[in-house]
Amino acid sequence: MNNIRTKLLAGCVLALAAIAPSRAALNVLTCEPEWAALTQELAGDKVSVSSATNALQDPHRVEARPGLIARTRNADLLVCTGLDLEAGWLPLLVQQSGNAKIARGQPGYFEAGSFVPRLDVPTKLDRAEGDVHAFGNPHVHLNPHNIALVSVQLAKRLAAIDPANAAVYSARQADFAARWTAAMRKWETQAAPLRGVALVEHHRNMEYLLSWLGMRQVGTLEPKPGVEPSAAQLGQLLAQLQQQPARLVLRAAYQDERASSWLSQRARIPAVVIPYTVGADNESRDLFALFDTTVQRLTQAVK
Amino acid sequence: MSVALAAAFALPLSAQAADTPELAAIRAQIAEMKQSYEARLQALEARLQDAQAAVAEAQNAAASAQQAAAPAAPVAAPAPAAQADNSFNPSISLILGGSFSNLSQDPGTYRFGGFMPPAGETGPGRRGFNLGESELTMGANIDPMFAGQLTFALSGENEVEVEEAFVRTRSLGAGMNLKAGRFLSGVGYLNGQHSHTWDFVDAPLAYQAFFGGQYKPDGVQARWLAPLDTFVEVGAELGSGRTFPGNDRNKNGFNATSVFAHAGDDIGDSASWRAGLSWLSTGAAGRDYEFDGIQNAFSGRSSIWMADAVYKWAPNGNPTSTNLKLQGEYMRRKESGSLASSERAERFASTQSGWYLQGVYQFMPNWRVGLRHDRLASGSPFIGLVDSGALGIEAFPELASYKPKRSSVMLDWSPSEFSRLRLQFARDEARPGAPDNQVFLQYIMSLGTHAGHTF
Repeated sequence: MNNIRTKLLAGCVLALAAIAPSRAALNVLTCEPEWAALTQELAGDKVSVSSATNALQDPHRVEARPGLIARTRNADLLVCTGLDLEAGWLPLLVQQSGNAKIARGQPGYFEAGSFVPRLDVPTKLDRAEGDVHAFGNPHVHLNPHNIALVSVQLAKRLAAIDPANAAVYSARQADFAARWTAAMRKWETQAAPLRGVALVEHHRNMEYLLSWLGMRQVGTLEPKPGVEPSAAQLGQLLAQLQQQPARLVLRAAYQDERASSWLSQRARIPAVVIPYTVGADNESRDLFALFDTTVQRLTQAVK
Repeated sequence: MSVALAAAFALPLSAQAADTPELAAIRAQIAEMKQSYEARLQALEARLQDAQAAVAEAQNAAASAQQAAAPAAPVAAPAPAAQADNSFNPSISLILGGSFSNLSQDPGTYRFGGFMPPAGETGPGRRGFNLGESELTMGANIDPMFAGQLTFALSGENEVEVEEAFVRTRSLGAGMNLKAGRFLSGVGYLNGQHSHTWDFVDAPLAYQAFFGGQYKPDGVQARWLAPLDTFVEVGAELGSGRTFPGNDRNKNGFNATSVFAHAGDDIGDSASWRAGLSWLSTGAAGRDYEFDGIQNAFSGRSSIWMADAVYKWAPNGNPTSTNLKLQGEYMRRKESGSLASSERAERFASTQSGWYLQGVYQFMPNWRVGLRHDRLASGSPFIGLVDSGALGIEAFPELASYKPKRSSVMLDWSPSEFSRLRLQFARDEARPGAPDNQVFLQYIMSLGTHAGHTF
């Protein structure tokens, strides 16, 4: 009897050892795919990185899925946008994971949004205005200058958590910054015709992109942030576009296409889908490709 | 500028094959200009980055002066300006709910055929307009070690109940979480969720019959999450055992024990599942109930097994437009001890079970439909008083074997994450021979800090 019990126990231990994750590299969990891509650029094979969400998910609305709780449990560093973008799911995830390393305020919690200048910081907080973000618009990654700012801080944080590889992170950051600066110059040259172009967007998640490229938003498909577009409100928007025309209607790959195509047909303007983040389509596999695709789709639409 | 220059010079230069000293000089000059422009551009960009970082820091400082929950400050953030007096106040969230009910049977006669009437919240509530439970939750971090939360439930009958009041650890690490106070037990699936997040107006019949609504012990809870890539969580609770199916026994020690284990994982990007097993053991001393004017009381042990499973699907894991949720739970309760009636007591034993299965489908943004089926099986209990011939079986009409069942269908509309309106129809056959057709119209609204919902 005792023998059987010992064997069973040994079997259980072996099984656990087999499914337990390897502890070789630093485990980085990011809330959004863009930060996974950036971490990969800065750390290469020194980390094992995965993203909690994919490019086709709405970062506001994510379930604290069991698999995600397990991944949070094992993370050494959590890289998120912050600014309340993940308020609906991240605090719960961190709490349930019982992982003290990545709690807010710990070195294992990196909030990218706190290192860049924010747009749309509300002067008044009222849910009658929809799902407003108290700390400003959280979709900061669509301005590549913000990526550059975050990359400096993220490399520092990686070095602080994993001092053994500090030199690697610093060297990779310098290399990334040089390539990124050159790429930004290229995109800015390519996007010159977009300056001053008026457009309609689905949700106010493109503000950083628009302010970078000098484009103008003249309306949103959502009547208020986080409120789904309705037929009546789309009708009003269409009437408003008669007075103040827009050249295109813009949405992210994760957003429902119906409202966007409705307006595109009625107002006779192209509906443009941009990847929004890394991995939304085959043309946007990394950060460089993300902006290549974004700039290309926008410039093509206004030709 | 450099682009324009390059464009102006590049063509004529490459066209000229001959390399005169003059040309070489011009080339050198252009290269020098290019270099100097690059250097100046880089310097400007560096200055721009510094300026942007400074703006971000200033915004952080402003935000942390305004609110306690400001973005995590960068490592070298300046000390925030003087804090306002209320910046450490707990965050407050308020749930308002109400319903309009149309019931074909008198709710005063509600009972589960074959079951001892449970203590707690059972039945469909009153007819007509009803103020539902208003929930007021306050919570905050206490210090680096602990966080606390208090939830009041204010009923439409002007009663205040402490629904939850607990402190929990924040930084034990290693996947451990401890809780102490009154809390929603981790057994089963639905038990750990506040009623405002339920997909139907009322709790499943099994929860009503076996827990009197929800099991909320006063005690301590420990949970441990295994360090695996698959979700595996185990937990244990020690409680006072004062709540149904237990009662106040005026005893030292732990009078209720529960253990539970949950496992779950994702199936691709679109689907995830979670399943669990739980066991709860408690006891009662003189847990009395009245039926048809006769007072009976049960004393003894009560233990419950539960199995639960939930499956959620959303295209690419994006639940915004469409999503599906299937869930089911099975409960089996054994009670053994003695049953007292008319000042005599003899042995009593029962094995009763119940289950429900439900599916909720969001077919377009904001709109969901749901279907639920509930079953209970009372079995035939062993009643010593009847067995010994002391009393006739007709003395316990409420314990006559019966299988209550109910089917419900609901439609709800949520204009935003913070509001929900629901219409529900149910055919409730909990009373033997008297089916109750129920119609509910319900609103549930959430104000203030919006806490995240569990899976």
